[in-house]
Amino acid sequence: MAPILSVRDLEKTYDGGFQALKSVSLDIQQGEVFALLGPNGAGKTTLISTICGLVRPTSGSIHVCGHDALSEYRAARQMIGLVPQEMPTAPFEMVGDTVAFSRGLFGMKPDPARIESILKDLTLWDKRNNPIMALSGGMKRRLLVAKALAHEPKILFLDEPTAGVDVELRHDMWRIVGELKNKGVTIILTTHYIEEAEEMADRVGVINKGEIILVEEKAELMRKLGRKLLSLSLTEPLSDIPGSLAHYDLKLEDEGRSLVYTYDTQADRTGITSLLTDLSQAGVRFHDLQTDQSSLEDIFVGLVSQG
Amino acid sequence: MNFEAIKVIYLTEMARTRRTIMQSIISPVISTVLYFVVFGAAIGSRISEVDGVSYGAFIVPGLIMLSLMTQSLSNASFGIYFPRFTGTIFEVLSAPVSFLEITVAYVGAAATKSILVGLIILITASFFVPLEIQHPVWMAAFFLLTAITFALLGFIIGIWADNFEKLQFVPLLIVTPLAFLGGSFYSINMLPEIWQKITLINPVVYLISGFRWSFYGQADVSLWLSLLATTIFLGGSLAVVHWIFKTGYRLKA
Ligand SMILES: Nc1ncnc2c1ncn2[C@@H]1O[C@H](COP(=O)(O)OP(=O)(O)OP(=O)(O)O)[C@@H](O)[C@H]1O
Ligand SMILES: [Mg+2]
Repeated sequence: MAPILSVRDLEKTYDGGFQALKSVSLDIQQGEVFALLGPNGAGKTTLISTICGLVRPTSGSIHVCGHDALSEYRAARQMIGLVPQEMPTAPFEMVGDTVAFSRGLFGMKPDPARIESILKDLTLWDKRNNPIMALSGGMKRRLLVAKALAHEPKILFLDEPTAGVDVELRHDMWRIVGELKNKGVTIILTTHYIEEAEEMADRVGVINKGEIILVEEKAELMRKLGRKLLSLSLTEPLSDIPGSLAHYDLKLEDEGRSLVYTYDTQADRTGITSLLTDLSQAGVRFHDLQTDQSSLEDIFVGLVSQG
Repeated sequence: MNFEAIKVIYLTEMARTRRTIMQSIISPVISTVLYFVVFGAAIGSRISEVDGVSYGAFIVPGLIMLSLMTQSLSNASFGIYFPRFTGTIFEVLSAPVSFLEITVAYVGAAATKSILVGLIILITASFFVPLEIQHPVWMAAFFLLTAITFALLGFIIGIWADNFEKLQFVPLLIVTPLAFLGGSFYSINMLPEIWQKITLINPVVYLISGFRWSFYGQADVSLWLSLLATTIFLGGSLAVVHWIFKTGYRLKA
């Protein structure tokens, strides 16, 4: 199936001469949730803004449902809803009015029933006659989602939807994303929270210094780069790793009281069985053991620090 | 054409006027009445007639022009500056809306407001002095052209300005002096010869002259010259707006 969003060799050099995007290419499939991860200043917002028409690309092309984002900007933008990273709102406008305004901007006739259902989905219906300045930060963020959904877009961009919100609101946002996905909306979100990508995304892209350094199915990524740790709690603390075990990837931790073995889940043989045999031959005894899988966070830190 | 977008931007801008009815409508009326009292009553008692028209009546077209210009300018500049300042402009810029539609909506709303103010002043003035409008169609034409031209100019200023000082700078330091020196309160025939010549480089002279002619049939410069100057002014402003949207100047990085 043709991708719903296709970015080819996109470059952006800001007026000051700073290159924020370096030959970015990316395909997004219909209906998926795509998480774009990257440290501060990586170019996440620049990429989204360029796709949405807020930043002019220096070179490269963007197609949304087959429409060129520049020459057929009306058709392309009609498909897109954007919730920006900052939360710009007009303080004196009414909640209901501002959502209706957003719909009108996209050339769609007023549809009070539609606006009502969007506001109810985002639990803002009670606030429809309040000025925006009377909303809390979390409500404002939901309002921006409501505005972005007012014209029933096929693609929704969420630029750091959970930056600076509390745990409850973050779970709220995850729920909203899940519901939208079920309705068939394609979602592209950026985040610093790895657990968020882990929670919501189907695919993960990592961007660093303006370059996409990796795009992978989340499950595949976890499997491919996932390392597991086996920790053994030793009965007798060790000062050194015995020479006979030198060929294993072992580390002593906790003042020699625990021995940590790192192994690759991808490998055919994990080496655990032979390690355990060699341990008992070396006379190392343990009274407990546990395994840990590395999270996306570990993977991410590893990738970015290489780059 | 995305008419729905034009409609919602226009109506939202007009709603802003309703919320700020004091600043938008009442304060310009009060300040005009003050001008009227000071210039019309105090000075008018010494200058009885200009070109056969009583001084009080003579200044009415100039006063209306003055407020039409300053109102269009400040409404339009604020109307676009504010969403830039708060960041809400992102929504308009990422919507399927063309530059023409954005301009028509914002400039149209600003011009509508200043026209309302102008009409209110006209009505207010009619209580003070006997007014006659010899050429109503021309009057309406100059009224509209001026409101739209200065709203466009204000729109440009609102996009150019990156702080509140700049937003006030052009209206206060350029347009108000030009309007005062452009014959709002006197006929340029009353000036020394050399100043009469210098004054002709002031575009506002042509607007006020043409507008006053539509009232009393008296003009400082020929009607067609007035019309030509106004149209050039309008065309120039349109060209700048077009350039702004083409290059994304101050709107898109
Ligand atoms: N308007 C601009 N003019 C010049 N440089 C800019 C502009 N906007 C962003 N940049 C630069 O481009 C780079 C990428 O910025 P961008 O906002 O895209 O990063 P980001 O990945 O969204 O970061 P964050 O996680 O902090 O939101 C940064 O170095 C930033 O300083
Ligand atoms: Mg960002």
